[in-house]
Amino acid sequence: MIPAAFEYHRPDSLASAIAILTEHGDEARVVAGGHSLIPMMKLRMAAISHLVDLQKVGELRGITVAGDTVTIGAMVTQAELIAHDGLAKAAPLLREAALQIADPQVRYMGTVGGNVANGDPGNDMPGLMQCLGATFTLAGPGGSRDVAARDFYHSAYVTERADDEILTKITFTAPSGGYAYEKQKRKIGDYATAAAAVLLTKAGGKVATASVAMTNLSDTPVWSEDAAAALMGSDCGDAAIKVAVTAMLGDIDPQKDNRGPIEFKRHVAGVILARAITRAWSRA
Amino acid sequence: MAKKMQISLTVNGEAHELLAEPRELLIHVLREKLGLTGPHIGCETSHCGACTVDMDGKSVKSCTVLAAQADGATITTIEGLGNPDGLHVLQRMFREHHGLQCGYCTPGMITRAHRLLQENPAPTEEEVRFGMAGNLCRCTGYQNIVKAILAAAAEMNAKEAAE
Repeated sequence: MIPAAFEYHRPDSLASAIAILTEHGDEARVVAGGHSLIPMMKLRMAAISHLVDLQKVGELRGITVAGDTVTIGAMVTQAELIAHDGLAKAAPLLREAALQIADPQVRYMGTVGGNVANGDPGNDMPGLMQCLGATFTLAGPGGSRDVAARDFYHSAYVTERADDEILTKITFTAPSGGYAYEKQKRKIGDYATAAAAVLLTKAGGKVATASVAMTNLSDTPVWSEDAAAALMGSDCGDAAIKVAVTAMLGDIDPQKDNRGPIEFKRHVAGVILARAITRAWSRA
Repeated sequence: MAKKMQISLTVNGEAHELLAEPRELLIHVLREKLGLTGPHIGCETSHCGACTVDMDGKSVKSCTVLAAQADGATITTIEGLGNPDGLHVLQRMFREHHGLQCGYCTPGMITRAHRLLQENPAPTEEEVRFGMAGNLCRCTGYQNIVKAILAAAAEMNAKEAAE
């Protein structure tokens, strides 16, 4: 399996990367780690005339934790994210999730920016970023703009990003309280059958704030406001979790595929969310 | 057809300049242009890890890396770790602990294990299993592969302590 022929570009600045995209329009695609795109090119399911490799674009690298503001460059790999102690302290939710993505070799190459920008419903970072209320920065020929992760995903592989824009960084406020990322997958390296990201804070023995997002259970990530609302003010006991799971099931729309029929996926989604809530609460 | 590009690679300590089409995969360049047939082509879909090589200090599946992306990189394949006259400690331990049967996955296993032990010289059994999760073996059931890697780590650490 060999990709169809293309022209390869390796710009060394964001401006020149955007200039190449502007020149070639929808015939050009950026490549970060390539571990989603290259398999699709090998299968000839993605045809690209101009491949723009971002590995030398320094502006896209680095993780900074300044006060409670966390910024992650788009080209930060999952392995770099996992190894970053400051980030592990500020947002342990991310590390917990990244360790469940693919396998070691893929995590050395796969980037956070690629994971969120690709728009594949199977990717773990989009739901996570919606749970965190993160902001994505997009740079294009006319300058840069910020888009909320919760507004970024329109449908599978269709996002707010225009063809001549590059997702440059992700910013969010470090969450406090308890967290959990639970993922059910058939084997190492597989996408989720169902996954749940949960953030909870506690005040006076009750849930003060909650955020819940689900992965691979619709054609976009699902940030379930109803599930979070069901938890807020509760004691996070079995009854409250049951109400939250029911609320979440109203928001997802899984499709039958080789990971199972719809009924099974809905069942797994419920189990996974209940586990994530329980674990997040135990850490709150 | 896109024109060929000049690619520089340092492989197992030796500098190479070669011409390749941008779409050529690193595994094909290593095997067909440089004659390094240690890294194998298994699944071709970045699952099995048989094509694992070390690129700039990272274990990568060379069936999912374009030769163009690797331009400028330093690469180590199984041929760079040891040879029949001087086996690497991981190779010796795989032999001693029966960490292989058909041998197809072995170059990828050992190349990956090499990087794992560079990053974590004294891993637990669980850390070995987690760190080797990107390499599949259909013969051994993994028990002896894990044993071999733990034994190699122990020998490397004992040697270092003695020095």
